[in-house]
Amino acid sequence: MDWGSILNNTLAGLLTPTILAFALAALGLAMHFGFAGLLNFGIAGFMAVGAYGYAISVLTFGLPWWAGMLMGIAASVVFALIMGIPTLRLRGDYLAIVTIAAAEILRLLFLTTAFEPVTGSADGLFGYNSAGGFADANPFPVGDYGWGPWTYNEQTLWMLTFGLIVLAAATLLLWALMRSPWGRVVKGIREDEDAVRALGKNVFAYKMQALIIGGVFGALGGIVLATSTNVSPGVYVTSLTFFLWTALLLGGAATIFGPVLGSVLFWVLQAFLTNVLPALAESGILPVSGIQAATLRYVLVGIGLMLIVIYRPQGIFGDKREMTFVK
Amino acid sequence: MQFLSASNPKRLLSSLFLLLIAMVLGLGLGATPASADSVGEDLERGITGNVKLDGEPLGGVRMIVDGGGYTAETVTGADGKWYIGVPGVEGDSYKVTLDQETLPEGIAVTGEGGATKEVVLGKTSPLVSNFFIGEGTRVTVSMFDQIVARLIYGLNFGLMLGLAAVGLSLVFGTTGLSNFAHSEMVTFGAIAALVLGTVLQLPMWLAIPAAVLLSGGMGWALDAGLWKPLRKRGLALVQLMIVSIGLSLTARYLFQYFVGGGTEQLPGADSTMVPLFGSVALSMTDLVSMAISIVVIMGFAWWLLKTKTGKATRAISDNPDLAAASGIDVDKVIRTVWIISGALAGLAGVLWAYFRPGIKWDMGAQILLLIFAAVTLGGLGTAFGALIGSIVVGVLVETSSLIVPADLKYVGALVVLIGILLFRPQGLLGKKQRIG
Repeated sequence: MDWGSILNNTLAGLLTPTILAFALAALGLAMHFGFAGLLNFGIAGFMAVGAYGYAISVLTFGLPWWAGMLMGIAASVVFALIMGIPTLRLRGDYLAIVTIAAAEILRLLFLTTAFEPVTGSADGLFGYNSAGGFADANPFPVGDYGWGPWTYNEQTLWMLTFGLIVLAAATLLLWALMRSPWGRVVKGIREDEDAVRALGKNVFAYKMQALIIGGVFGALGGIVLATSTNVSPGVYVTSLTFFLWTALLLGGAATIFGPVLGSVLFWVLQAFLTNVLPALAESGILPVSGIQAATLRYVLVGIGLMLIVIYRPQGIFGDKREMTFVK
Repeated sequence: MQFLSASNPKRLLSSLFLLLIAMVLGLGLGATPASADSVGEDLERGITGNVKLDGEPLGGVRMIVDGGGYTAETVTGADGKWYIGVPGVEGDSYKVTLDQETLPEGIAVTGEGGATKEVVLGKTSPLVSNFFIGEGTRVTVSMFDQIVARLIYGLNFGLMLGLAAVGLSLVFGTTGLSNFAHSEMVTFGAIAALVLGTVLQLPMWLAIPAAVLLSGGMGWALDAGLWKPLRKRGLALVQLMIVSIGLSLTARYLFQYFVGGGTEQLPGADSTMVPLFGSVALSMTDLVSMAISIVVIMGFAWWLLKTKTGKATRAISDNPDLAAASGIDVDKVIRTVWIISGALAGLAGVLWAYFRPGIKWDMGAQILLLIFAAVTLGGLGTAFGALIGSIVVGVLVETSSLIVPADLKYVGALVVLIGILLFRPQGLLGKKQRIG
């Protein structure tokens, strides 16, 4: 077993565009679930709307990259409105079922061959980063940067920088929102909707605003992911939503940095298991095949999710008193 | 309307295809295949082809070439080959037509553009042009027959969904849990039948009931080992729901760990077709599957309406505290509900494996949202509502494939799920107070 390369790959997994995208989407979920108490199981749909909105705007309508990204964000606002209007007045688990269904409808619409000229069907979309000028907007000259496991070429460095800026801005915005009067009302709705309504607040409007803001964070996650890989319908499946929930609950649902650190932890663990399990299988320590070893890490995600929710629902960085709304 | 019938997976499965190769011979090299049934061999250029059905040459098929005021036709020889000489030069286009009336019964051209194709004489030869044909896709099936066939398929699918949905609905009614791991109980039943039927070589009439019993046992084990302790711990419903998601992920990837990523078939999956009337035909497994669903659902209805445990179950669904106060052993009833829910889900899994057809590690997850749609449509927590919702969803999914592309047929059911929440959130048979 080559512990050196396993360690190297795991450390390299500390900072990737995927983690930044994941952290953004998890921040959106924190807004939805942790602060507003909304059970959104369609965050993968918000990510898909952002990513496809960006890619389609650039490829089909010829917009520049920044306008395409704004279109992706606008599309996620529309998606939140469509989903929220029928369901925000209903009990929480209805929202869960509707959001998961809406995300699945979107995925099927992106997957079908009927719209292949626009969506690329199962192949997805690619080439929008160069077509829209995102790749050319790179301020870094050609070369290698960083050291050790964190060595990047100028393109990866640009994606990481872009993702980090977006993530930092989103985190700052969420932090500012949650200490504002608006944030206190939203948290109040989470604790006791009727009490807030009795104070004369329009609960539905606040919930809708929270759904939109979290949805925009999710769309930004999709956009950041789209800057580093192709946009493919196979990515935005319900499992992605469940993995995001795992990352969120791992870090702490009702915290600002919990979702970010949870995402990093989730992916570093994934990177470690991806490298260590097949290595254990090859060296005969684990009596399984290489493919089975790769499947095992998802089994471990499921078990991990159950254990967190049962034994530490507030997450690693959370405060148990913040989770009393979970009924 | 060819895509309508081609979208039926059963027909696609038995699809045969015919390959028609049209070669344009150029530059006076006009050496035609000696065995081709030929006309116009004295012309400089020509179009030739080889008609094959499922790899076997097909003789006696009439081919027509038409273009530039010139028409010629021939019939394929016993070796499936044909040749028609044409007077045109490079760039001229001809219409090649395959006379579908001369194809065997139930065989037709399925490719785009139908049985007539434009070919353009090229600079070099051969010019290859393919016609794909499949069984039963010649659109002689009347719209009425298609709708009836879809309704029957939909009923079959809906009854199968119903088996899974009533279990989910009962669990929700008695414990309040939206069980996302229900789909894995469906998959478990199918995989249990696979292991018993193919690995242990049991006959299927024994393997399927045994698989259903095992699924019931799994339901009991999950309640005893996981859900009951968690209820006693006082976990919130949202937490329980997320635990069920974790359980679903765990079980799904464990299935993949053991059966791999491929599709396995249960014994007896390729049964004979039974013609009902007109052009409507169902396979033997479909008919048996429907009969089993109806019998089991009727048995279930009798249990729920007439037996003491069934009445207690409905009492707990209505008001758990009142039920407990009137001396009902809530834990015992919930245990029974989990066993029944598991067994019904397992049976649904076996039937779903025949309907799809095939067993795959995520087969249950593919229909989980349809099951949720059915349960929500009928009214969360109502067993008979779930049944009606399932049949509506099943029929909707199958008939919608007459109008929308096959890969969008689940979308209709999911849109209905959202729509019903907009206009009647308590579902068809639910009570308004449930939506709280």
